[in-house]
Amino acid sequence: MKNKYSIFSLIKNAFSQHENWKQAWGDPEPKREYEAIIIGGGGHGLATAYYLAKKHNMRNIAVLEKGWIGGGNTGRNTTIIRSNYLWDASAGLYDHALKIWENLSQELNYNIMFSQRGVMNLAHNLQDVRDLKRRTHANRLNGIDAVWLNTNQVKEFCPIINTSPDIRYPVLGGTLQRRAGTARHDAVAWGYARGADEMGVDIIQNCEVKGIKRNGDQVEGVETSKGFIKTKKIGVVAAGHSSVIANMAGLKLPLESKPLQALVSEPVKPIIDTVVMSNAVHAYVSQSDKGELVIGAGTDAYVSYTQRGSHDVVEGTLKAILELYPIFSRMKMLRQWGGIVDICPDASPIISKTNIKGLYFNCGWGTGGFKATPGSGDLFAHTIANDEPHKLNAAFNLNRFVSGDLVDEHGAAAVAH
Amino acid sequence: MFLINCPYCGKRDQSEFSCGGEAHIVRPKQPTELSDDQWAEYLFMRKNIKGVQFERWNHAHGCRKWFNMVRDTSNDKIHAVYKMGEKPPVE
Repeated sequence: MKNKYSIFSLIKNAFSQHENWKQAWGDPEPKREYEAIIIGGGGHGLATAYYLAKKHNMRNIAVLEKGWIGGGNTGRNTTIIRSNYLWDASAGLYDHALKIWENLSQELNYNIMFSQRGVMNLAHNLQDVRDLKRRTHANRLNGIDAVWLNTNQVKEFCPIINTSPDIRYPVLGGTLQRRAGTARHDAVAWGYARGADEMGVDIIQNCEVKGIKRNGDQVEGVETSKGFIKTKKIGVVAAGHSSVIANMAGLKLPLESKPLQALVSEPVKPIIDTVVMSNAVHAYVSQSDKGELVIGAGTDAYVSYTQRGSHDVVEGTLKAILELYPIFSRMKMLRQWGGIVDICPDASPIISKTNIKGLYFNCGWGTGGFKATPGSGDLFAHTIANDEPHKLNAAFNLNRFVSGDLVDEHGAAAVAH
Repeated sequence: MFLINCPYCGKRDQSEFSCGGEAHIVRPKQPTELSDDQWAEYLFMRKNIKGVQFERWNHAHGCRKWFNMVRDTSNDKIHAVYKMGEKPPVE
């Protein structure tokens, strides 16, 4: 690595007041033609480019980003990583990602601050208890760590939770995945960008795709705000704007784009050392290394591309947070924002070829794509390079909406949406 | 968050309403004759437009009646509201 980060480089650069660090990735003008083009410079897109270059030796590729890298949902999520999904297909997909997360800082030579602090999912009624117990069994059959905790064990694991039996939705227990946790979301985008750039990938920011050129059933290139770029393979990783890009190619996708909100509090001393999610009352919370409480709210129930979200959604979430954690009642919220998430009817992602040759889609991650970033990039790169899916993403094809073979994780996963 | 002018009740807060998704998707007249592709198109495929979109809304915490709306999804601006069965306004 030409600019390897280590304790020695840190010391060396300290002598020059840290003013001589080399730029981590370049700012090239687009070439006239690439072997493949990735539309979308978020975590998933950059990871796709990284693995295309690294594992499939495709170096003459570009990532086109209309804003700045990691400025979309990669920089807007609540950074939760877990793999405790119910169905085999989902478990395989998300645990593949989790295994990559575990060594990603070393692999990228970039500290993504991956912290396996555990994710606990609470049960508030008898059906929750049945569903979550069933899920821990399914997880363990798939080799994914999961344990059931009763109310006392929940209290022991996270003492600030109100486990009193007389709250509106009492805590009846919960599941815990200890390998789960969080990572620094910006660092994930930056680490992949640096790794991809080093292998020769062009990362082109402020370059918006305006159209997709087709010759019959084969893609020929993309029309962008920086001119026409020729290519035979296009991987679209545009999250909330996937339908917009699909429309340019004359395709319709089974997606609806909705604002999903998150918010952070003022920073405080360490108070919660894990991630706690609750599906039934829709509240999840963790604490960032800066000390802010990171709180995930829900989606608005209508299509919108405004990165804002409604106030009543935040209000509902905070009500639930306050009932579960009375200790937070006097805290002030510092920032609130929204990201546009593309949701599939079965709440599972699409990593798939299309019926247009050379056009691939990686979308539909909905409210929980961050956790899959490395696995998604790896499997999408495989799909693009070989023009066929890896066995881990075969079930996540676009054709499942025609065949009816859905991966119905709505409510089946530990998702809080 | 925005105000919605319910054609039956007048202006109310958006949180009183629930959105029923894309409007004017007609249920197939001959369901038994549809191919899998046609079913997928009817059930799952959506325009998901960034811009002016036609939608169905329900005043769930009010008169509970359904109606249609023309809304710009890029800025949440509502252009028109009209009753079920009425012709969509031409832009």
